[in-house]
Amino acid sequence: MPDDETTPTSEDTPTSEETPTAKETAAAEEIAAEERGGDSPAEFLAETAPETVAPPGAPLLSVRDVTLRFGGVVALDGVDFEVRTGEILALIGPNGAGKTTCFNVMTGVYKPTSGRVEFDGERLSGRKPHIITRMGIARTFQNIRLFPEMTAEENIMVGADAHHKTSVIGALLHLPRHGREERDGRRTAAELLEFVGLEGRGGELARNLPYGDQRRLEIARALATRPKLLCLDEPAAGFNPAEKERLQQLIRDIRDLGHTVLLIEHDMRLVMGVADRIVVLEFGQKIAEGPPAEIREDPRVIAAYLGVPEDAA
Amino acid sequence: MTTLKERYYAVADGVRKAEAGRQKWAQGLRGRWQSIPKPVRLLAGLAGVVLLFALPNIAIPGIPFRTDEIPNGIGFSFVLSTIAIYVLVAVGLNVVVGMAGLLDLGYIGFYAVGAYTVAIFGSPDSIVATKYPWLICVPIAIALTMVSGVILGTPTLRLRGDYLAIVTLGFGEIIRLVAVNLRVTNGQRGIPSVPAPDEAHVDWNVFGWFRIKFDFDLDIFTPMDARPYYWLALVLIIVVILAVRSMERSRVGRSWLAIREDEDAASIMGVESFKFKLWAFAIGAAIGGLSGALFATRNVFVNSGNFNLLLSVMFVAAIVLGGQGNILGVVLGTVIVFYLPERFRFLSTKRELVFGLALIVIMVLRPQGLWPSRRRARELQDRKLEAKEAAAGA
Repeated sequence: MPDDETTPTSEDTPTSEETPTAKETAAAEEIAAEERGGDSPAEFLAETAPETVAPPGAPLLSVRDVTLRFGGVVALDGVDFEVRTGEILALIGPNGAGKTTCFNVMTGVYKPTSGRVEFDGERLSGRKPHIITRMGIARTFQNIRLFPEMTAEENIMVGADAHHKTSVIGALLHLPRHGREERDGRRTAAELLEFVGLEGRGGELARNLPYGDQRRLEIARALATRPKLLCLDEPAAGFNPAEKERLQQLIRDIRDLGHTVLLIEHDMRLVMGVADRIVVLEFGQKIAEGPPAEIREDPRVIAAYLGVPEDAA
Repeated sequence: MTTLKERYYAVADGVRKAEAGRQKWAQGLRGRWQSIPKPVRLLAGLAGVVLLFALPNIAIPGIPFRTDEIPNGIGFSFVLSTIAIYVLVAVGLNVVVGMAGLLDLGYIGFYAVGAYTVAIFGSPDSIVATKYPWLICVPIAIALTMVSGVILGTPTLRLRGDYLAIVTLGFGEIIRLVAVNLRVTNGQRGIPSVPAPDEAHVDWNVFGWFRIKFDFDLDIFTPMDARPYYWLALVLIIVVILAVRSMERSRVGRSWLAIREDEDAASIMGVESFKFKLWAFAIGAAIGGLSGALFATRNVFVNSGNFNLLLSVMFVAAIVLGGQGNILGVVLGTVIVFYLPERFRFLSTKRELVFGLALIVIMVLRPQGLWPSRRRARELQDRKLEAKEAAAGA
C-alpha cells in the first residue's frame, strides 16, 4: 500500500522503508486515505492493489526449463512457461500430472533440480515463505487452512500484517504506528469481507462459517497480503454449480483489481470460462499452452484427458 | 440390543451437550460482566486489587484461610509472597506455553538465571562481589535472561511440539547442574546475603571524574516481615499483566495465535514465525528473570536446591490447571497449586497425597483448565471430539 507506492523498485528491502521520507509520505498518504473515507469498496481495493512493476502482458513469473527429480522419479521435466502480468492463467492436467508439484516450485516450496523460477526478475527458490509473501505471491490451499479459532476479521488481519511493521516494543508501548496499522488492518478486513461477499460476518469464528464461505475467506486472507500474483489451488473443490458461477465472477473481479491469478483447477467448465490462457501438464511435461479455445481443440489434450482411441494408436 | 457403537454415540452426544450447556453458562457470566458499566467494572477491579494488598492483614473468624492458623502452618505473608513470585513466573510462562503454544518444560532455567544474577552481582559474599544494589541487578538479570532465552531459542525453536519440550527440559537441568558445579555460583552452599530492594552500599569512582556514593538501608524489606516483598510482587504482577495484555491484542499476539493454530499456513501468510517464536521465548525469559530476581532478594539466600525439576513441572501444572492462554486463569491455577500444599500442612506427611488427588480431580472434571481462554478451550475440545468420533466410528 502506501509504503509500496513510495518505493516501487525496492519494496522488499525493509531498510528503504525506514527512511524518514518514506515514513512521512506513508503517514501523509494514510491521512489522505482516511479523509477520502467514503470510497466505494472497489475504489478502495483498487488503491490498495499492488503496484505492478511490469506493464500488462509482461512476464510476472517465469518458469524456465524446470526439472525436478525426487530420487529416480522425474516429477517435472523441462517445464517452461510464464505467467503474464494481469492475466488469469490456469494450470491443468490429469491427476498426478505434476500440477501441485509445479505449484510448489512456483511458490518456492521446492527447489528445482535444474532450471529456475523468477518472480518479477528475482529468483524465488531458497527464500523463506514470509519473504516470498512480501515479494507479492499469495496462495490458498487445496484443503482449507484458515486459522479456525480466529474470527474472519482476525484471519484477514493476519494477512494484512504481512506488510505491517509494528514491533514487539511498538505493541507493548502502543506507539502510534501500532494504532495506525490496527485501524488499517480492520479497514482492509471490512473491505475484503464485502468484496468476497461475507459482509457483516467478520466477528464469526472461521470454523463456524459454512464451507463455501471458508473458501472465500481464504481468498480474502490471501488478498490482504496485497499479492501481485494470487495462486488458487483448486478453489472450486466441493462447490455446487451456482457457487462455481459466483467464484468465476470473483476471480474475474480479482483480476480486474490488478492482481494476476494463477489457477489450478479440475473443473473444465470453470477453467474454460475464466482463464485467459491455459497450460496443460501431463507426466511432468508441458504438452500444450494457449487460449481456452485452442486448448479445447488440441488433440494431445483430448488424448490426455479422454485417452487415445484404439484406431488412432 | 444396543450396540457398543450406539452407546458410544450417546456418550459423545451427552458430553457435547453438557459442554455446550457449560459454555453457555460461562458465556452468560462473561456477558453479564461485560454488560456492567465500565466505571463500575473498574471500581470492582480496583476493590479487588485493594483487597489483595490488604490480604496479609486480614483474618476472618471461622474461615481459616490463613496458613498460620492451622497446625504446623507457616507465616501467611511468607506464603503469599512465595505465591506472588510464582504467579509472576506463571504469567511469563503463559506467554510461551499459552500464547505462542511452545511447550517449555525448562522455564525454571530462566528463573534460576535471574536469581543467580542478582545474587552474584549483588551479594558481598559472592566471589564477584560487585555489590550492586538490587535495583541495578534487576535490569542486568532481565537482560541476561533474555540473552539466555535467545541462546536457547535460536537452535531449538526449529523443533516442534514434544521435541521442543524435551530439549527445554534438558535446558532447565543444565542450568541447575551448572549452578551446582561452577565456582561463581558456589554449588550447594549457595550465595547468602542477597541485598534487599531498599538498600544500597555504593562507592563508585566513575573514570576518576566523579564519585557516586550511596550508603543506606531503609529497613522496609527485612527477613522478619515478608509483606513488603508480597506488595512489591503484586505491583510487578499488575505491571507485567498489563504489558502482556497489550501485546496479546496486537499484531504480535495475532501472530502467536496464528503460529499456534497452523504454523505453515501462518508463515505462508507472511508471519515471520521464527522471529515471533523467539520473541515469545525472550519475553517469557525476561519475566522469568524478573521473578527470579524477586525470589533471590526475598529469600536472601540462593542455592542450586531452589531450582529443581519438580518446581519446573509444577509451573507447567499450574498453567494447565488454571487454563492455558488466559492470564487470569493462569493466576488462579498458580494460586491453587502453590497454596493448597501450604493449606494442607496440618496433614503433615499425607499432604502431598491430598494435593495430588485434588489435582487429579480437577483435571478429570475440567480438562481444559479451571478458567481457560475461550480459544484454547475450543481447540482442546475439538481434538477431544475428533478422538471420540474416531473411536466411535472405528
